[in-house]
Amino acid sequence: MKLIFEKHKEGRRGFSYGDCDVGKAKPLAEKYCRKRQAHLACLSELDVIRHYTNLSRLNYSVDTNFYPLGSCTMKYNPKFCEQIASLDGFSQLHPLLPQLSGGGMLAQGSLEVLYESEKLLCEITGMSAFTMQPLAGAHGELTGVMLIAAYHKNKGSRRKYVIVPDSSHGTNPSSAAIAGYEVVVIPTGSDGYMDLVEYKKHLTEELAAVMLTCPDTLGIFNPRIKEIADLAHACGALMYYDGANLNAMLGKCRPGDIGFDVMHINLHKTFATPHGGGGPGAGPVGVNEKLIEFLPISRVIRRADGTFALDYHQPKSIGYIAPFYGNFGVILKAYAYILHLGREGLIKAAEIAVLNANYCQAKLKKYYDLPFNKTCMHECVFSASRQAKNGVHALDIAKYLIDRGFHPPTIYFPLIVKEALMIEPTETESKETIDAFIEAMIEIARLAEENPSAVTAAPLRMPIKRLDEVRAARQPDLNWKPLALFPD
Amino acid sequence: MSYIPHTQEDIQEVLQVIGVKNINELFKDIPAALSPKSFKIPASKSEFEVTQALRKLSLKNATGLVNFVGAGFYDHFIPAGVDALAGRSEFYTAYTPYQPECSQGWLQAIYEYQSIICQLTGLDVSNASLYDGGTALFEAMMMAIRQTGRNKIILDSGVNLIYRTMLYTYTLNLSVEFVEIPVVHGQSSRGELLKHLDDRTAAVILQNPNFFGAVDDHSDIVNEAHKFGALAIASVYPVSLGMLKAPGEMGFDIATGEGQSLGIPLSFGGPYLGFMAVKNELVRQMPGRIVGATVDSGGKRGFVLTLQTREQHIRRQKATSNICSNEALCALRAAVFVSLLGREGLKELAAHNYQKAEFAKEELSRVKGVAVKRSSPTFNEFTVLLPKSADEVVRRMIEKGFACGFPLGKFYKGMDNYLLIAVTEKRTKEEIVRLTDSLEAVL
Ligand SMILES: Cc1ncc(COP(=O)(O)O)c(C=O)c1O
Repeated sequence: MKLIFEKHKEGRRGFSYGDCDVGKAKPLAEKYCRKRQAHLACLSELDVIRHYTNLSRLNYSVDTNFYPLGSCTMKYNPKFCEQIASLDGFSQLHPLLPQLSGGGMLAQGSLEVLYESEKLLCEITGMSAFTMQPLAGAHGELTGVMLIAAYHKNKGSRRKYVIVPDSSHGTNPSSAAIAGYEVVVIPTGSDGYMDLVEYKKHLTEELAAVMLTCPDTLGIFNPRIKEIADLAHACGALMYYDGANLNAMLGKCRPGDIGFDVMHINLHKTFATPHGGGGPGAGPVGVNEKLIEFLPISRVIRRADGTFALDYHQPKSIGYIAPFYGNFGVILKAYAYILHLGREGLIKAAEIAVLNANYCQAKLKKYYDLPFNKTCMHECVFSASRQAKNGVHALDIAKYLIDRGFHPPTIYFPLIVKEALMIEPTETESKETIDAFIEAMIEIARLAEENPSAVTAAPLRMPIKRLDEVRAARQPDLNWKPLALFPD
Repeated sequence: MSYIPHTQEDIQEVLQVIGVKNINELFKDIPAALSPKSFKIPASKSEFEVTQALRKLSLKNATGLVNFVGAGFYDHFIPAGVDALAGRSEFYTAYTPYQPECSQGWLQAIYEYQSIICQLTGLDVSNASLYDGGTALFEAMMMAIRQTGRNKIILDSGVNLIYRTMLYTYTLNLSVEFVEIPVVHGQSSRGELLKHLDDRTAAVILQNPNFFGAVDDHSDIVNEAHKFGALAIASVYPVSLGMLKAPGEMGFDIATGEGQSLGIPLSFGGPYLGFMAVKNELVRQMPGRIVGATVDSGGKRGFVLTLQTREQHIRRQKATSNICSNEALCALRAAVFVSLLGREGLKELAAHNYQKAEFAKEELSRVKGVAVKRSSPTFNEFTVLLPKSADEVVRRMIEKGFACGFPLGKFYKGMDNYLLIAVTEKRTKEEIVRLTDSLEAVL
């Protein structure tokens, strides 16, 4: 498709503000004004609508395709939540209103949403308090590690290291490093669990925290998780829980009960808010009693008279990690979703998510290598190494699935599984859909034996074939440049 | 209701294939001692009940006030086309376009967004989005620290206090030395700033228009910074770039900002849009996703996520940033907003904002006791000095139906009587006149 800039026609307008009712003012002095104008396409409204509508049709999405992208929990995003978030009373509220004198009473609806969401997340996870401010999972991790740093500093101890297992998501070590820590990576043993012998070697007074995902990124729940947490605590370190995989745990196990001190939740995963083509998400951070005093300001409180207010008087708070109260629109959708599902609905979501993942695992393990053959939780992780021997790599499998109308599983992660195929069907997908996917996967396994080039040629049915990624990186073309179209 | 399609038979069949008797068996790895101590979540409410309850809550928010509060976050009109396109679920129910063949729509839209940001800022390269204007500024600062190998930051106090506080929070456990430059008569104090500039300085951080609404041409400061090998970072308000000198034109190395004004609702603070554009030589230090154009095996143009060796999923603890999910849907809103307006619409938007603010200044300067600060030119926001506490005036004006501005005393010591007033294209002449009359009445 042409770029929007390539559809430009001088003289067209897509939108006009009409006449300015105050008349003209003395113009701003020239030295403050731009000389080189921004080259933006001039189009009619229909041009723009058609352009982006047609672009939208080039995407696979949850609403159009099965999307078992492991670790991302691509469940159905209920439409009523979208409608609620777009209510004027919520969407038009200026975030500074409650900070004005007398303004708190003008934002009671939104403050209540924040307050009640926090309470629900506490009960779901067993944590003592949440800050709703972090703007995504990784932002929650960074916030959490900063809280851990504040905790140690408050105790007068300077600790240097954060432990992450090699199966962890890339954001874990990255967040720890950005918060100022050195990262110690613990390998995964042949049983699929973090190597405890290696782990114990690093339990020193220099250890600030251990960051774990549970169930981990292989989809496995480690039955010794409590022991791991206790060991860390014994040397004064704190436990961080990456809640990306919380979907399997709803009503089944709570990080707070295990002994985790701080965690984040990806609301855009577990609580069904849309992924937006990459975001926005939300990554609220929960803590236990030890860390409450360090939480970012402001905190939403409920006064004795039942009204809600913002509290900024937290002398030990780390400060501001976001401009305001979090991605409010996202939090609101998650809140509506939790209220709608209720206790039983949440538990059922976890159960069927786990059921669907185990179904995929059971049906496919004859055809693909299963590096760790255990009951899985929300996702199963296969390796295409058997197929790779015939030249059919995980990437080829992904491309063939695209031709068959499925969004591929996650293939770039976890790094410890060669040729990984990380499949997370989620609870909202029917047996028929999953069966169709399984059938396609079995067909690929067969083709890998009989006719590998049929797989490696894929995709053939999409608007484009495989792209030259090397060229994209070596000769970066990162934006449209006005050439002849717009003379300067 | 949990959106689960399984019938009882489906569940039985699936259990049989797995080889377990019931679903609980699948959770056997969770030790009994770790079952939840409590799980008191209210019972399910119907879609209708939840919608009604939340609609009622939404009405407890007062969005009917005539809004003159800006302070970095502005009440702009959003053309209907923005909601219509961002509301297409082919966009909003997809995720990061890791698989380009089934994500060309998203990838092209982001490429266009990046192009628009480059055009607005006058810089060479944009990324696919960051969380918000504050985290974008932090990322820019860290880029400068990495690029120069220095750790001193000269931070103008005309930068939004919210962002300055965020920078301090993020660096609590890092060693970054900040020098804050006071604002004199609403503008960055050149003398003070140049005094602190030296060969240990990683970057100078400025905002335009600054928090007081003052418009500046920072070319001279940027020039001085470059002489010392420091980078210059601008935090900017994108709507103003329909009129004001672009960061690229002033020589800035990095521009960041809050993109909320480009078609994104105020929504009580988020989701918003952090944008970032840089000079070419900084591209490999950039945080976040970047989309590039390339060709497919048949020579056809296509788009992919590129330069990924900067990112956490490959570099882990050595990545330029930990960001994974970003604000793609907000970036799409910005791209659609700007495309609908086009070059002329954006100029018109900027002009209306400027003219209405100038009109408001004229009107307000006629009110006895109100002094409109005129030491610097402004765009759509300006500072007035009141004869009494601005906090108090704001409270009284709320009773009259106005959110009349932001009291500067909240953020700046000794400025209790100062009020910051924003006038967007949405404010009518009639509203501005009523604001003036009401203010006169409460003073
Ligand atoms: C295991 C895990 N941790 C953390 C993250 C980061 O979350 P976000 O993308 O919301 O920043 C992800 C996201 O994919 C993840 O899968």
